[in-house]
Amino acid sequence: MRVTCPNCGERDRREFYVKGAALARPAADAALDEWHDHVNLRDNPAGEVHELWFHEMGCGAWIDVCRNVVSHEVISTAWVSDLGGTR
Amino acid sequence: MADLISLSPCDGLLPVTIGSVTLSEDLPDAMTSLAPYAGQEKALSAALEAAHGMGFPAINRSTGKAGARAIWFSQGMALVQGVVVAPELTEFAALTDQGDAWAVVRLDGDGAEDVLARLVPVDLRRQSFKRGHTVRAELAHMMASITRVGPDAFQVMVFRSMARTLVHDLKTAMAAVHARG
Repeated sequence: MRVTCPNCGERDRREFYVKGAALARPAADAALDEWHDHVNLRDNPAGEVHELWFHEMGCGAWIDVCRNVVSHEVISTAWVSDLGGTR
Repeated sequence: MADLISLSPCDGLLPVTIGSVTLSEDLPDAMTSLAPYAGQEKALSAALEAAHGMGFPAINRSTGKAGARAIWFSQGMALVQGVVVAPELTEFAALTDQGDAWAVVRLDGDGAEDVLARLVPVDLRRQSFKRGHTVRAELAHMMASITRVGPDAFQVMVFRSMARTLVHDLKTAMAAVHARG
């Protein structure tokens, strides 16, 4: 599998570490159920998923990778820092 | 007081020549990483240009030349080699001394591309990786920085603690390339 890092270009999968699903984090004071959902409950779609990938062996960027878990096609990649949030 | 003896990262291991390729150690006078503060990228590049005659490198590129070089080093960071960075740059960037942290070697000679092709999953051939181009990539499971510094010369850097492994893996690849003739 080849993943296109927004910095480095197309790279082999072995250079990356995968953290897991890319999720919107609930507010700190959100209800317990909402946090329970965030921490424990996941969809398992046969199709496109968004995940957080870390370019561990390369530039050290966190990347939002959208890929199809059925065909293994990598559909899009983006810097997580460009997707909003604060640093 | 004890008289301490400083040893270079690859002390006693290099230089070595196998076939047409030579691996030698490079000891830049100084190494400092520059991480620009948010929104200060242009100001830092201008200040770096004024102080040392080289701009902040673009992604996968380096600026300057042997003796004073700035290498793109990762997301939002560059490494300046060879010169002690002017302290006024602290206004625009976080400066960190990396002088003791990295092993720096030079792979030189006809066939150096073939040696790296055995270890690095990135196309480093001349048509796609020209002089001054740089990558952060895996080299035999190590996080390396590789820069083309000449027509047949590469600078390879890994963490200092991995110097012996780096030399071992490069020597093995050099011998394998040479054995193919």
